Amino acid sequence: MAEAAAPHELTARRKGAPLPRRWQAELSAVAVIAHRDFVKLLRDRLRLLSELAFPLVLVLLLGPALQSGFGAPGGVSLTGFVFSGVLAQTIWQSAVLGLVSLVADREEDFSQEVFVSPASRYSIVAGKIIGESLVALPTGLGIVVVGLLIGVPLPLPVLVALVPTSLFVALNGGAFGLLLLSRVGSQRAANQIFPFLLLPQYFLAGVFNPIHGLPLPLAVLSALSPLRYAVELTRNAIYGLQPGVPAPETTAAPINAAVLGASLLAFLVAGTFLFVRAERNR
Amino acid sequence: MSGLVPVPGGGNPPLPRSDVPAIELDGLVKRYRKADRNAVDGISLTVARGEFFALLGPNGAGKTTTLSILTTTLAPTGGRARIDGLDVVADAAAVRQRVGIIFQRPSLDRNLTGEENVRFHAVLYGLYPYAPAFRMMAAAYREQVAAWSELLGLGADVFKPVRTYSGGMLRKLEIVRSLVHRPRVLFLDEPTTGLDAPSRRALWAYLRDVRAADGTTIVLTSHYLEEAEQADRICVVDAGRVVATGSPAELTAALAGESLLVDAADRAALRAELAGMGLAPAGDGPFRLAVRTADVHRVLRAVATPLSMVRTDAPSLEDAYLQIVSRAELDTEVMGRPAPASGAGLPTPEAGDG
Repeated sequence: MAEAAAPHELTARRKGAPLPRRWQAELSAVAVIAHRDFVKLLRDRLRLLSELAFPLVLVLLLGPALQSGFGAPGGVSLTGFVFSGVLAQTIWQSAVLGLVSLVADREEDFSQEVFVSPASRYSIVAGKIIGESLVALPTGLGIVVVGLLIGVPLPLPVLVALVPTSLFVALNGGAFGLLLLSRVGSQRAANQIFPFLLLPQYFLAGVFNPIHGLPLPLAVLSALSPLRYAVELTRNAIYGLQPGVPAPETTAAPINAAVLGASLLAFLVAGTFLFVRAERNR
Repeated sequence: MSGLVPVPGGGNPPLPRSDVPAIELDGLVKRYRKADRNAVDGISLTVARGEFFALLGPNGAGKTTTLSILTTTLAPTGGRARIDGLDVVADAAAVRQRVGIIFQRPSLDRNLTGEENVRFHAVLYGLYPYAPAFRMMAAAYREQVAAWSELLGLGADVFKPVRTYSGGMLRKLEIVRSLVHRPRVLFLDEPTTGLDAPSRRALWAYLRDVRAADGTTIVLTSHYLEEAEQADRICVVDAGRVVATGSPAELTAALAGESLLVDAADRAALRAELAGMGLAPAGDGPFRLAVRTADVHRVLRAVATPLSMVRTDAPSLEDAYLQIVSRAELDTEVMGRPAPASGAGLPTPEAGDG
């Protein structure tokens, strides 16, 4: 290593063109952190497959099983109903868990390098949320492909509408994950609280069950579940664009979008503030 | 930002005045939340620019905590820490631009290529704008990549995932990456853990070249005492406090543990002769004498009894280190007071002036 050493050449800064300006450098940092997460996922085929396993079981087995057992209440296909719920839940949860993985990552791989870099903590958080949102999309695509294969009606306008909808859902999940991240100190603690935070939301959000007409206490809890608005907005996109297809009862799309947007903003502001503070005052 | 003067021509961050030390710690304290004692307990020290400085201490002594504060990933509870005259709390972003760190545990993304790992570092440090592919990066960057892939002997493998690299190669790549933004201070946290002897030697040869070329200040924590032996100065910390500071030779000599071991077939005659020379041999032999290496020749010339064995013992840095740490622990645990640096026959840590 030493004989060829010319460290000054190796480490020489670029000549000629000036260094990027501060804001350019911060935008570049956001992009590079997001890029890294996305590329890592694409190269990790095992992770891609394992992330698809659980939702595919639900879409392929639970939906059709309910459908054959209960028929189509009110004409609504239960296969399609479960598909739409699982699609939103998978994307949202993937982003949540992706953000929380920053706790474990801090101890290893590239993340420790990210934290000592001059990139602002806000850029790190933004890059991570965008990256994990992008990471959630290939999994969503896999679910959509399987949905098409088992006959869920998904015409082109619906598929197009699902792209921004899913990204919105993923960003909300990422921001929720950031808020969690700022409150848990270790992966172990995170794993312990997940059963209480995520599992109840499967039912309160109506991933595979109706939520309109719940008893009051459950209705209140359901209204507090951020995943509910992700699931309902996804159903708004799928059923709203297919007037002929019998649709389950959902809250109006503008309300779902507004709540999802407002909660995204709230999670983002509170989560970033708490995360940056907790990060330095360990 | 005081103490900085701009560099003619611009571009690079301003260089500090030559009289500003690379690192200053002034009564640095860190207590973790819910901890019942300080992890760092009032450390004051100064590291000159271009110095090779080693921080030694047992596990839990506060070395990594100190490094984390200096690399701004941890806020101190009290005291001050400055890099190039910049406060690690108030000027954290500027400090981060000036420091590099090689972590104890590998910090490369194993699914990314060698080039991607370095590219992401260069972009994070604001050296180049982001581009999604190598081909789209600035020409200067691509030239740099060609230079270091040749240096590492990687060739086209630089575009392969680093999980296909050997352990030694991974470490070298990390070091190259840590130097891309040309840090003024490079922290090495147990850098050679897991490396074989040739890789360790190559790594140190390379770091010597970097120091010579760029005047980089190097701060090392290591369990390999022979690595610390190459340092200009060593600071021994224990239980969050500085217990000794000095050059390796000063630390070793301060313990004055050099001795001469002699034996003879006629031990009674030898004992009488040594006693006559005022050396007061103890025991029945062989006799251990408190004689410094420099005086061995004089003593042996004066002995008339035929000797059957002669051996000199000079303490190694490791002996010195173990003695320093065990004394400090004895002081803390048995005497119930913090380890004093003065009065223990050790080189004194720098006073509170930092």
